[in-house]
Amino acid sequence: MIPLSWYLILGAALFCIGIYGVFARRNAVAILMAVELMLNAVNINLVAFWRYLTPEKSTGMAWAIFVLTVAAAEAAVGLALVISIYRSRDSIIAEDMDLLKN
Amino acid sequence: MVEQILFVLLAIITLGSALFVVTDRNLFHAALALMVSFAGVAGIYITLDAGFLAMAQLLVYIGAISILIIFAIMMTRRLMQAVEMPFNSQRWLGLFGAVITFVVLAVVIGRYWPIAPSADTFLASIPAVDPEVMSGSVARLGVSFVNPDAYVIPFEVASVLLLAALVGAIVVAWPKVEDKS
Repeated sequence: MIPLSWYLILGAALFCIGIYGVFARRNAVAILMAVELMLNAVNINLVAFWRYLTPEKSTGMAWAIFVLTVAAAEAAVGLALVISIYRSRDSIIAEDMDLLKN
Repeated sequence: MVEQILFVLLAIITLGSALFVVTDRNLFHAALALMVSFAGVAGIYITLDAGFLAMAQLLVYIGAISILIIFAIMMTRRLMQAVEMPFNSQRWLGLFGAVITFVVLAVVIGRYWPIAPSADTFLASIPAVDPEVMSGSVARLGVSFVNPDAYVIPFEVASVLLLAALVGAIVVAWPKVEDKS
C-alpha cells in the first residue's frame, strides 16, 4: 500500500530538481532538459490524483496527454531556437543571449 | 510491501538520474541520464495502472524528445571536449530556492495527506476499483477526446499547436538565405 503523499513527494522532488537545473545551468540545452523534468513531475501528480480520486473518469489521463503534447511542441521549438542562436552567435550559453540588452 | 519496494526503487532511479541530469558536466551523459529518468517515470505510471500513459511516455519522451535533445547537443557542441564551467553564478541561490520550494511543498503535502503509511489515514493506499472500470479507462480516454462535451476542443487545439510547432521549428532553424541582390 502506497499513500498518495508518496507520489506527491516524488513529484515535488522531481519538480525542485528541475527548478535547480533551470536556475543553475548555463547551457541552453541543459535548461530545456530541466524543463522537461519539471513537466514530468507535473504529469506524475496528475496521474496520481486521477488514480486515487477519480479513476472512473478520464480527466487526469487526458490532461497528462495534453501536457505530453505541449512538451513535445516545446522541445521542438526550443531546440530549433537553440540551433538558430548557435548558428548566429556560435554559443549556446544562456548568458551570451543578450540581444535585447542595451 | 512489494509495491512499496518497487515504488522506492523507481523513485530512486528517477530522482537519482534527474540529479545527474542537472549536475553532470558532460551534456551528452546528462541527456542519457534524462532518458533513464523518463523510463523511471514510465514505471511510476505503471504502478498507477496507467499503462497507456507509460507507453506514450516511452514513445514521446524517450523515443522522440530525448533523441531530439541528443541531436541538438551533437549539432551545437564540439563533442567530448572539456566543457567550460557548466554552472552560472546563481547556482547556490538556485539550490537554496529549490530546497525551500521542496520543503514548503513537502510540509503542505504532509499536512493534508500524511506521509507515514497507516491503514486509517485518508488515501493511504491505491483505492481498489472494479477491474472492468480500469480496463475500460483507455477506451473512455479515447471517447472523451472526440466527445463535444469533453475534450474535443482542447484536442483540436493541441493538433493545431503541434502543426504550428512543426512549421515554427523548421522556419526558425532554416539557414539564413544570403541576399542575392
